[in-house]
Amino acid sequence: MGYSRLTNLMIQVSNLTKRYAGRTAVNDISFTVARGEIVGLLGPNGAGKSTTMRILSCFMPATSGMARVAGFDVFHQSVEVRRRIGYMPENNPLYPEMRVREYLKFRARLKGLGWRRSRERVTTVMEQCGLTDVGRRVIGQLSKGYRQRVGLADALVHEPELIILDEPTIGLDPHQIRSVRQLIKSLAGKHTVLISTHILPEAEMMCSRMLIMLGGKIRAAGTPEDLQRPMAGGSQIIAEIAAPSEILRECFSKIPEIEQFDVSAGEGEFQRCVLTPRDGLDLRPIVFALARDRGWVVRELTRHRHSLEDIYVQITKPDEEEEIE
Amino acid sequence: MKIFWALLRRELASFFFSLTGYVIIAAVTFLIGESFAQLIDGLGTDPWPMPVTQMFFGSLYFWMIVLLVAPVITMRLFALEKASGTFETLMTTPVGDFQVVAAKFAAALFFYVVMWLPLLVCLFIVGRFTNQANALDSGTIGGMCLGIFLAGGFFLSFGCLASALTRSQMAAAMISLAFGISQFALAWWAKNNPVSDQWQSQLLSCLNIFDQMNDFARGVVDTRAVIFYASLTLLFLFLTLRLVESRRWR
Repeated sequence: MGYSRLTNLMIQVSNLTKRYAGRTAVNDISFTVARGEIVGLLGPNGAGKSTTMRILSCFMPATSGMARVAGFDVFHQSVEVRRRIGYMPENNPLYPEMRVREYLKFRARLKGLGWRRSRERVTTVMEQCGLTDVGRRVIGQLSKGYRQRVGLADALVHEPELIILDEPTIGLDPHQIRSVRQLIKSLAGKHTVLISTHILPEAEMMCSRMLIMLGGKIRAAGTPEDLQRPMAGGSQIIAEIAAPSEILRECFSKIPEIEQFDVSAGEGEFQRCVLTPRDGLDLRPIVFALARDRGWVVRELTRHRHSLEDIYVQITKPDEEEEIE
Repeated sequence: MKIFWALLRRELASFFFSLTGYVIIAAVTFLIGESFAQLIDGLGTDPWPMPVTQMFFGSLYFWMIVLLVAPVITMRLFALEKASGTFETLMTTPVGDFQVVAAKFAAALFFYVVMWLPLLVCLFIVGRFTNQANALDSGTIGGMCLGIFLAGGFFLSFGCLASALTRSQMAAAMISLAFGISQFALAWWAKNNPVSDQWQSQLLSCLNIFDQMNDFARGVVDTRAVIFYASLTLLFLFLTLRLVESRRWR
């Protein structure tokens, strides 16, 4: 028990399984999260993200396996764990009849803060989350963006070691999403954050590490770059070059590094070329050298980066087929 | 304790800062007033055969108020929190299950007591404008208050249990209403079946909430009745606590 409190592991999950009647929501997952990390839990709806978070926040027990937060067992030392976490559930439930400041103060008191301390902390988190102007408004009358910020402020109010946010940006407009993301990013280092989302670019932007869940299992884990790497090799090059298409085709077919190419008419005299490399080479220097030698004008030369979307599709594909079988 | 007070304050605020709370108080005041008007109407000629409080308890109004109001007060306690999801945010803070159950029950009981205050005003008016000594005295008023309090605790604690059972407020209200009405019907049955040596009828007489309340209204505090109400109230609260805890091992 004392061991992990000395090391810098914030979350340790091993062989965690949760079965509901007739359905396995989380199937034997294991992972760890270090202190100060922002980790994204990704997956489609029903992948087991929320269940994992509910177990970690001591709301429901696991069927089997072990989960520790800051070295405390979530089942046997639930109060110790609950003292150390700030949890915002999916769709952020609040008491609609309460005022913002009143609600946050109530929550601070529930989390064991003294009267004076809770007043200080409420003022601080309200500033941090941009709620100072709406402190006296009734929660039920606030816009969704503000309500989301109230939920975040609640998760932060007792300065928890671990913050668990279940889909914190769902249903917000782009502007609100940006401000919530910035807020979460600003927590890095001081707090450990576990966020679930099914929006991949979002995780890419906020998280230092990602766990991809599907069907109750963790299918991939690593930094966004790690997850990109296996696919990056095969990435295509897009070039827009001002040259006659026949000559371009002829040149490309003579370059051994190019496995496949496609030249189509672009705007004006430019041709749009999509080139697939052999053996995962980066074709950009070769294309540049060719254009320089021939004196062609190059308007665009980019490598098509695989988004996490692609990775995601690749990871999830085989299993969907399995499920169909 | 700090946490209990914070919870209690929030529960009370949800009663007193909402329209529902005032609708309940208004409806109860209306019913008390109506029963009071009928009492006054029936009086005036003969010397009163019994204390006013006993006449009030003997009327259907008292039971109607208790049976209808207890489900309405308690139905939202747990069911609403479960349905809206705030139960999750509540139970993931370091609060104890006992604190939650105790605060919710205490708030419901407090609201119930506040709701009965207009009755005291009515009794005050009777006391002020009549000169019949046997109509009212501090003993009967004290007995009546204790009776109202104990009966409230009994039905409200069952309401808590019903609310903890389900996430639908409607279902919770129906369960506790059915319980209340069945108690009422049992008492009715017991009233019409005089006690014999058979154990069934003796058991039935123990459940006779009419007679118990009648004693309270006469200013007679029967320890059997006090124990009956207090022990069942504690039992229902204990079961509620177990239900709330069951989330952790189910």
